[in-house]
Amino acid sequence: MTTNPGEFVLGEPIADTAAPDGPLAERWTRRRSTGRLVNPANRRRLDVIVVGSGLAGGSAAATLGELGYRVRCYCYQDSPRRAHSIAAQGGINAAKNYRNDGDSVERLFHDTIKGGDFRSRESNVYRLAEVSVEIIDQCVAQGVPFAREYGGLLDTRSFGGAQVSRTFYARGQTGQQLLLGAYQALERQVNAGTVTMHTRHEMLDLIVVDGRARGIVVRDLETGAVTVDLADAVVLASGGYGNVFHLSTNAKGCNVTASWRAHRRGALFANPAFTQIHPTCIPVSGDHQSKLTLMSESLRNDGRVWVPAEAGDTRAPGDIPEDERDYFLERRYPAYGNLVPRDIASRATKAVCDDGRGVGPGGRGVYLDFADALERLGRATVEARYGNLFEMYERITGDDPYQTPMRIYPAVHYTMGGLWVDYDLRSTIPGLFVIGEANFSDHGANRLGASALMQGLADGYFVLPNTIGAYLADGPFPKLTPKHPDVVEARTAVTDQVRRLLTIDGDRSVDSFHRELGRIMWEYCGMERTDAGLRKAIELIRSLREEFWARVKVPGTGAELNQSLERAGRVADFFELAELMCVDALHRTESCGGHFRAESQTPDGEALRDDEHFSYVAAWEHATPPVLHKEELAFEYETPSQRSYS
Amino acid sequence: MKLTLRIWRQKDRDARGRMVAYDVDGLSADMSFLEVLDVLNEQLTTAGDEPVAFDHDCREGICGACGMVINGVAHGPQKLTTACQLHMRHFKDGDTIDVEPWRARAFPVVKDLVVDRSAFDRIIQAGGYISAPTGSAPDAHATPVPKVDADAAFEAAACIGCGACVAACPNGSAMLFTAAKVAHLGTLPQGQPERPSRATSMLAAHDEAGFGGCTNTGECTAVCPKGIPLTVIGSLNHDVLGAAVRGR
Ligand SMILES: Cc1cc2nc3c(=O)[nH]c(=O)nc-3n(C[C@H](O)[C@H](O)[C@H](O)COP(=O)(O)OP(=O)(O)OC[C@H]3O[C@@H](n4cnc5c(N)ncnc54)[C@H](O)[C@@H]3O)c2cc1C
Ligand code: SF4
Ligand code: FES
Repeated sequence: MTTNPGEFVLGEPIADTAAPDGPLAERWTRRRSTGRLVNPANRRRLDVIVVGSGLAGGSAAATLGELGYRVRCYCYQDSPRRAHSIAAQGGINAAKNYRNDGDSVERLFHDTIKGGDFRSRESNVYRLAEVSVEIIDQCVAQGVPFAREYGGLLDTRSFGGAQVSRTFYARGQTGQQLLLGAYQALERQVNAGTVTMHTRHEMLDLIVVDGRARGIVVRDLETGAVTVDLADAVVLASGGYGNVFHLSTNAKGCNVTASWRAHRRGALFANPAFTQIHPTCIPVSGDHQSKLTLMSESLRNDGRVWVPAEAGDTRAPGDIPEDERDYFLERRYPAYGNLVPRDIASRATKAVCDDGRGVGPGGRGVYLDFADALERLGRATVEARYGNLFEMYERITGDDPYQTPMRIYPAVHYTMGGLWVDYDLRSTIPGLFVIGEANFSDHGANRLGASALMQGLADGYFVLPNTIGAYLADGPFPKLTPKHPDVVEARTAVTDQVRRLLTIDGDRSVDSFHRELGRIMWEYCGMERTDAGLRKAIELIRSLREEFWARVKVPGTGAELNQSLERAGRVADFFELAELMCVDALHRTESCGGHFRAESQTPDGEALRDDEHFSYVAAWEHATPPVLHKEELAFEYETPSQRSYS
Repeated sequence: MKLTLRIWRQKDRDARGRMVAYDVDGLSADMSFLEVLDVLNEQLTTAGDEPVAFDHDCREGICGACGMVINGVAHGPQKLTTACQLHMRHFKDGDTIDVEPWRARAFPVVKDLVVDRSAFDRIIQAGGYISAPTGSAPDAHATPVPKVDADAAFEAAACIGCGACVAACPNGSAMLFTAAKVAHLGTLPQGQPERPSRATSMLAAHDEAGFGGCTNTGECTAVCPKGIPLTVIGSLNHDVLGAAVRGR
């Protein structure tokens, strides 16, 4: 059945998010102390599958193992330590208020709700802020070498969207150090025999039996063997889908397959159009570009963003006098200056480049200048704070940022959308839990810097291990065998798809399709979206998808390590996701956070929300045409207001 | 820019491998080394040949997935740089470049440039952690850590687990990798209780996995993209000795 581009059906609203009522500050304590428990002896008889070994999956698998469940954890890399979380640079937020600068759980809650442009759930966000404090304690106990001051106490810095200093960090490698902490805790459980780790395995489908998630179909990436793993519950921690744009700051293997397969099996997908474009990345240098590199947001603590005041000024940056420069973020947003949230900084950057004032090849870049910081702080301090980022910049571009300003441009970075979950992190399929970037939960329409690490670890160490018990208390569920018809069906669907991809034997590589899909998405579903553009994108995606299934060339066989085949499966799912993203972006005619509809802006070009019509989470059911279920957002503690950072 | 790449091709663990030469044209100095392999693979795929398999993920020098011996040097000619961060401005037009997988007894070749590094995970399983079950932690400020110790722990913790040290070592030893973790955890107050047993167990797992012994050649630290210093091996030996003295 074909549908008109953007067509959808309105389904039943989502009535219950399972959030406890009562005072906001007591909800999580109450849920924890009244939730059903599984006694330790029974835990040994319960199997839990965790897909993903990043901050969310790694911390969850380790903690579930410590609790005594029988855990099996999967990742597609050759070691769990290589999950994409390893690449996070800048830091992790926590409302410790060690600086006595007025921070508190309430303030972190407020900043996150506001930063998300009032499109997230109050109960979840409050819990996140609450749990943030325990995360830092946990990580320090594991030996995470956070930056410290001379007195031996933890150092912090500021990130966008906050006026306090609450971001803990480990030089420019915070994600690496946090992930190694979780990885080590995970390997400790492997040693203890509670967790079995399956590396180089990719989940290709979810097994649902009698309405419950009961297992997964996996492909061993080395041998090509397709097998099933059956369990009492499945936890997806498979990360975000930014690579639908082909070029992004994500690792090359990041994909939507695990989430998308679950979506096809009945899990609702929420706010797919909410993607984050990060303002400070190294600009594209040519057609060969395979990924984009982030320059951490922390650089905006000391770097100043500017472009020439006049369009067409091609002088070298050092030759442009101070009064002929436009420090456009400082000018437009004096209260936050260079530290405005990401969506705002990205759009402002795009605007000056659209004006013809961009710098570098193609005019798609702005300066991030450290001259003032170097003068104020001295080279040694700048080096201590950002040395490794400066080196990385130089390695990639050949330019030395101590001498010339960096050139940066926005790039796709993070996806706020993801599988819909309730307060307990349950998807709409009983027994399927979703954590970390793979769920949609806490960041609304825009995530604040240093809050993804916080959310991943909150979900994995503290929230899921506490909420999964209520579900597992009803288990173990009836024993299943691989011969069960639903299991056979799921496995066969996977082997069929593998065979189909291998037999097309066309003349275009997987990568060429991915690149073209990415260009469509960036053009029409990127920083600025319009009705006409999105409709056009849907048509382009459909015809490209058809071409993919007719012309893709996947060399080799299915019974070996075959990286083209892995990518082909992922790109096939990206095609389907891409269309849903456009449908979601098309239906939401307001602008909010990272979702900017050109038709809905204030006179000075800021995102104009429409609370009357769009104060909801858009949760999509897989169908032709897709079915929209709305979860209305109720604000009891925060009052939605037009965000102002000026 | 035009290059000749001579690449190790090996179908699977059991097959015999060989070097195969390929010409690649139309490259730019701004490309990374892995982007050159992308271009070659695109060329091979459209010609109906099998592309070269290689591990990679972040392409930012942090995940440790990539790793290949380039012109005889693990990760190539650029100091402190992983293969994914190596850019073509360090090569000349017309160069011939040899590309091979890590070679070590404990890292069997899986296919082409992909090797099995699971032995590293087994070393960590043996004791590369601090036992701090979730929920048991005191306030993060309960124990201040002198900045020098925190910084030293961080330097050692920067290891990305790529395996270049093993590939470069004439003995195929993983002492730099193992010792980096021992030094990281052993420098922090939180790591003290398990310190003696940690070093001994990790070393036993190291030997069991088939890595060779350390004879202080220093080849490891010379290729290490994170600059892990040889001194960490000293602190491992110190911990092992300490454990022996205490009779553990
Ligand atoms: C360059 C960069 C810098 C960042 N810096 C920061 C920062 O400073 N602060 C911050 O808060 N956030 C930062 N972020 C965001 C943050 O890193 C991520 O949102 C977060 O780490 C995601 O963690 P995760 O555990 O949900 O998923 P991931 O770490 O992406 O892990 C996904 C896991 O799932 C596995 N997987 C995926 N699909 C499958 C499948 N089909 N089968 C089997 N396994 C599968 C993978 O192998 C992997 O183990 C940054 C992101 C980027 C790209
Ligand atoms: S010590 Fe250096 S070379 Fe060895 S695995 Fe670690 S980062 Fe790689
Ligand atoms: S690909 Fe991650 S370190 Fe090279």
